[in-house]
Amino acid sequence: MLLDFHDRLRQAGLPISLNEWLTLMQGLQAGLGTLNLENFHAFARLCLVKNEAYYDRFDQVFSDYWSGQSQTFDTLLDSLNTAIPEEWLRSAGLEDLSEEQRAQVEALGGWDALMETLAKRLEEQQEEHHGGSRWIGTGGTSPFGHSGFNPEGIRIGQTGKRQGRAVKVWDQRRFRDLDGTQEIGTRNFKMALRKLRRLARDGRPDRLDLDETVRATASNGGLLDIHLRAERRNAIKVLLLIDIGGSMDYHAQLSETLFSAARSEFKRLDTYWFHNFLYEKLWQDSARRHTQFTSTPELIRTYGKDHRLIIVGDATMSPYEIMVPGGSVEHWNQEPGAVWLQRLQQAFPHCVWLNPESPQWWDSTPSVRMTRELMADRMFPMTVNGLQQAIDCLKSPINPATGADHD
Amino acid sequence: MTTVKDSASGAMPASNYITTDDLQQAVDAALTLQRPLLIKGEPGTGKTELAIEVARRLNAPLHSWHIKSTTRAQQGLYEYDAVSRLRDSQLGDERVADINNYIVRGVLWDAFVSEQQSVVLIDEIDKADIEFPNDLLQELDQMSFEVYETRQTIRARQRPLVIITSNNEKELPDAFLRRCFFHYISFPDRSTMQRIVDAHYPDIKQDLLSAALEVFFDLREVPGLKKKPSTSELLDWLKLLIADDLPAEALKADDIRTVLPRMHGALLKNEQDVHLFERLIFLNRQQQNKRS
Repeated sequence: MLLDFHDRLRQAGLPISLNEWLTLMQGLQAGLGTLNLENFHAFARLCLVKNEAYYDRFDQVFSDYWSGQSQTFDTLLDSLNTAIPEEWLRSAGLEDLSEEQRAQVEALGGWDALMETLAKRLEEQQEEHHGGSRWIGTGGTSPFGHSGFNPEGIRIGQTGKRQGRAVKVWDQRRFRDLDGTQEIGTRNFKMALRKLRRLARDGRPDRLDLDETVRATASNGGLLDIHLRAERRNAIKVLLLIDIGGSMDYHAQLSETLFSAARSEFKRLDTYWFHNFLYEKLWQDSARRHTQFTSTPELIRTYGKDHRLIIVGDATMSPYEIMVPGGSVEHWNQEPGAVWLQRLQQAFPHCVWLNPESPQWWDSTPSVRMTRELMADRMFPMTVNGLQQAIDCLKSPINPATGADHD
Repeated sequence: MTTVKDSASGAMPASNYITTDDLQQAVDAALTLQRPLLIKGEPGTGKTELAIEVARRLNAPLHSWHIKSTTRAQQGLYEYDAVSRLRDSQLGDERVADINNYIVRGVLWDAFVSEQQSVVLIDEIDKADIEFPNDLLQELDQMSFEVYETRQTIRARQRPLVIITSNNEKELPDAFLRRCFFHYISFPDRSTMQRIVDAHYPDIKQDLLSAALEVFFDLREVPGLKKKPSTSELLDWLKLLIADDLPAEALKADDIRTVLPRMHGALLKNEQDVHLFERLIFLNRQQQNKRS
C-alpha cells in the first residue's frame, strides 16, 4: 500500500531509487519507524531523502498523503504484519538475536506472543500519542532493532518526553529555505560552478611521480632516479559576459553573487559587460565604457575555442534590438545583435545563457523567446538547479540555430 | 568536549550532548541496518561531536579520519611507502625484502581489524576531491578491501558504524548517497538551545542565559549576515560572559538595534558582518533621533 506514497514522491520530483525504497522496507520490517506516524516520517526521510533541499518537498508530499486518513497508519502496520509470510519474518528476525536475547524472547512467551504484544502496543501508542520511544526503546531485548543505540536504555542527553507539538513536523515546512528551486547565494553558486572543471597537469613539475621514479630507478640498476611532475589543476577557461544596466538593475545583486563566486572558483576567468544585447563592442570597465572597450571580433580572436562562454542577461528588451541593424538603444549598430550572438557561438561552441528572470515570464516576453531560440534552448534560470543544468549543458557544444552567418 | 560535567551519580559522566528524537532515530537506524550515516548541517551544530558522543555511549573505539582537500580514498585503507623502501634499498637495509614493512595502515584498516565494534568518523567528506566518495563505495558497502601489494584481503570482523559529516561545499555523488542514511541537523530551536546550554554550563544564572539567548536569536535574524553565529559560537560567548561575571541587566539594556552586544567578537567572526551591524545600529539611532 505504500507504493502509492512512493509514486507520489517520485511524481513530486524526488529522486528515489529502488535501492532506497528497499532499505525503507527492510527497516520497517526490522521495526524501525513503526512507532507512530512521526517516527515513520523521520525514518522514511532518513532513507529516501539525501539532500536537505528536498526536505520541504518531501514534507509536502507526506502531509498531502497522510492528511485526512488517520486510520491509514494502523492499516499500514497491519499490512506489514500480515502481508509478509510469517516464516520469513521469523527467520529474518531471530537470526540477528544473540542466545541470551533468544532466551528472553522465549521468556516473553515466544515470538508470536511478542509480535502480538508489539501490535497491541503500537495501537495504544497511536491512540495515546505520547511516551516517545519508551515503548520499544528500553530493555534491550527488543528484536525490532530499537535497542541498537542504547542497549541499556541510556539516552544521549536528557531528552525527556516528546514535546507536545501542536503542528505536525512535516506541516511546519521548516526546510522551505533549503529547496533547490530557490535563488542562490555565493556559496551555492560556487558549489554549482565547481562541477565545471577539467583537471590537467600544468605548471612547474614539483610533485614526485612515483610510478615513473620506480620505473626509472629499476632501469637505472637500482640507483635512485627521481622524476617529478606538475600538480593537477583545474584548467577550465571561462568567459563571462554580463548584461548591466537597464532592466538588469533589478538583478544586480544576483549578478554580483555569480560574479564573485565565479571569480573565486576559476583561475582563468575573464569578464566583460554588455548592455541589453551583444553587439560589436564589450567593455571590462563600466565607468569608462565609452572610451575603453574591446571589439567583439577582437574578443573572438583573443580567446580560444576551448573557453566556456557564459552569458548572463535577462534578455528583456524590444525585439528590434536583436533582429534589426540599428536596433540598439545606445548606438547605431551596423549588424543586428543576432548575428553577433551567432558569431560568438561559432567562436565558443560551449556556451549557455543564464537568465535571472523567473522562467514563468519567459514565454510571455518575445525577446526572451527569440534569444532562447537563438541559443538553441540553452537558456537556464539563475537558480541552483538552473545553474547545474547549465553546467551540464556546457560539456557539449551547441548546435547553432538555423541561418548561421558565414563571413 | 573539555567541559564534560562530572555527575556524582555514576561512572559515566553525564553527557552534555543534546540530541533530538530524529537524530537518535537516525543513529539507531544506522546501527540496525548497518549503513553509513551521513550528517549535514550548519557549521557549529555538533556534527563531529555526534560521532565522539556515540562512540562514548557505545563504549566503542573511535577512529577519526579528517578529510583535507588533498586526501585520497586510498589513504584511509593503506599506503605503500615506496619512498622509504627506495631509500632503504639504497642503504642496503634488511627490511627492504619484506614489502609488509612498507605498508602503512589507514583508518579504515584499523577499524576493520578492531576486536570490538568501532565507530568510524569520516569528517568533512566534502573537503576532498569530487571523486573521493565514489572511491570508497565498495569498501563501505562490503566492509572489505584488498591490499594489492600483498594480495591480502582485509575484511571487517565487526561492521563498524560509519558516521560521515559534510559541510555542503561539494555535492556528493548519487551512488554514494544511495548507500547512506541522511540526516540534516537543523538549527536548534530555543528550548533545545536552552537544554544544550544547561548541559554545558549548569551553573549559569538563568536571567543571564535568557537575556543572552534573546540577543543571540535576535542576532541570527539580522538579514544579510555572512556567517550566522551558531551553537558553538553561543557557547564560546557564554563562557566569556560567565568569566566576566556580567549581570543580566548589562545584556538586557543592550537592544541589538542600538548597540553592539558585549564581547561580540565571539559571535560575529567576519569584519563585514560587524560593519553591517554598525551600519544598522547607526540607521536605527537616526530613526530614533528623528522620532524623539
